[in-house]
Amino acid sequence: MEAKSFHHALKVRDDLCIGCTHCMTVCPTEAIRVRDGKAVIIDDRCVDCGMCLRNCPVKAIHIEHDDFKNIFDYEHRVALVPAVLSGQFPEDITVAQIYSSLMELGFTAVYEVEHGVEILLEAAKKFVNNSAPNLPVISSFCPAIVRLIQVRFPALTENVMLLKPPLDIAALHIRKLYTDKGVESEKLGVFYITPCAAKIAAIKSPVGEEWSPISGVINMDFIFNKIYKSIKQNGKNDSCYLPKIDPLTREGVMWSLTHGEASPMQGRCLAIDEIHNVIDFLEKLENEEIDDIDFLELRACDESCAGGVLAVANRFLAVERLKKRAAGLTSVSELVPSEMSHDSIALSADYIINHIAIEDVNPRSMLKLDEDMAEAMKKMNQRNSLLKALPQVDCGACGAPSCQALAEDIVQGKAGIEQCFFIRNRQISAGKLNMAGSTSIIESIWGKKKLKKPESENI
Amino acid sequence: MVFEFEVQGGDFATAGNASSQIKKILKQLNVDHHDIKRIVVALYEAEVNIVAHAYKGRITANIDTSEVRILLVDEGPGIPDIELAMQQGYSTASSEVREMGFGAGMGLPNMKKNTDEMRITSIVDKGTTVELIVFINQTTS
Repeated sequence: MEAKSFHHALKVRDDLCIGCTHCMTVCPTEAIRVRDGKAVIIDDRCVDCGMCLRNCPVKAIHIEHDDFKNIFDYEHRVALVPAVLSGQFPEDITVAQIYSSLMELGFTAVYEVEHGVEILLEAAKKFVNNSAPNLPVISSFCPAIVRLIQVRFPALTENVMLLKPPLDIAALHIRKLYTDKGVESEKLGVFYITPCAAKIAAIKSPVGEEWSPISGVINMDFIFNKIYKSIKQNGKNDSCYLPKIDPLTREGVMWSLTHGEASPMQGRCLAIDEIHNVIDFLEKLENEEIDDIDFLELRACDESCAGGVLAVANRFLAVERLKKRAAGLTSVSELVPSEMSHDSIALSADYIINHIAIEDVNPRSMLKLDEDMAEAMKKMNQRNSLLKALPQVDCGACGAPSCQALAEDIVQGKAGIEQCFFIRNRQISAGKLNMAGSTSIIESIWGKKKLKKPESENI
Repeated sequence: MVFEFEVQGGDFATAGNASSQIKKILKQLNVDHHDIKRIVVALYEAEVNIVAHAYKGRITANIDTSEVRILLVDEGPGIPDIELAMQQGYSTASSEVREMGFGAGMGLPNMKKNTDEMRITSIVDKGTTVELIVFINQTTS
């Protein structure tokens, strides 16, 4: 059975979209078309990788997050912060200053997402050991990758590690901590500061989980600006209040970076970042051209979360800073239970282990031309003959990313062949189409404005 | 539907191309992913066999709604003793081929395991013909 549609955090702002082809041509799942002069995202195909947002020349693609004011709907306001946030700032701003500023902004507590990776690490090692011969186990860390596997590599859904990512584990711990202190769950707001769109989408419609313990999501670039402004205006306050939390482990700080999961895991582990690299690899893995791998860490962004679409700093500098921070910290293997605070996640370990599993990740293939195979074969034949008629220029002027995508849209009744400029030209030459007809087709794809002559121009 | 692919002996760099193409087609035809996996794994083994052992070959895939039938015809040294070749761990692959991670002697048994029917005929010094058949859509029809 296939799951229902995904929630998407990536939205096109029609007031800003100028109707170009940048997003459409870079989308790794061909999820974008242009209609009426605006980019349209096809929900079933989008995996929330954010490639479109990165490439939009006019910032018309944005990530819909929660209103910051929403945090004040709650008496207890916890900022759930990924370690990668601390890598966004210049070296002279300390982690303590960053988190103190968050408190000044209105949060009542700051908690780092990667607390609890030691619990996940143990569970993940067990999961891999119990998964043979169905190896490699593919990490469930990056939600864009989990969705990519669902839509493009249905056979590999069975390889996804059915364990919650650190974000959900930390949120579970916080919920338990406050419940144990007698706080009603409606009074606790847990807000995640996200480096990407995929995490928001995963929280709003979790894959393999029934509900999310996270109340809201705030974009990292937005929070970065607020923190930086506060630090710049208030100066470097040495006496700033450091939220009382255990320091992260070395593995915790590194977890969201490339090799962060793969290097502390056992067996033959591989880390691959950037979505095209991941697609290439998964193609081979699906053919069983690659074997003997135990664990795969796959991330949609180059340099993993340091390269998240909402990360502000240069990703290589962020990685450098995080590595420096990690070097001064205790490794998971050196943790001393007696030195942990009374809020330590270690005290929730049993509870977390009982709730760490997620349900099966179901395939939701977007590649099929039709549900019915006989019908799909008919459509494939039609597509192949259409492809012969199309120019193979992949110009995007038809509003689809490639000639093949247009041909597939046509056989599925979602587009017409006359959307192709070359075909139109042939039809006009043959007297089958007049100028007015051609104009109305162009307008249906690119909107009315693009054919109008600007007053200042003499062309 | 019929699809044809040429395979060049010794060209390990592009080995797997036919399998990838067939996989893409089967996904678009909404074939169950478990069936796709069996077909692609068997075909990949067979394709690599041509690359590793033969001079050249041709793959013809015949797809309909109840079965996928793939014929692999190669020009090459042939297999003198098919029964022996079917045994796990048996391989005549050169050390050069083994160094590339191929030739573990799992090819033919793995192909048999992943198909519903497999037929091999071979003439020494002329070539080998392999037919792979996988039944699909068995639960729905």
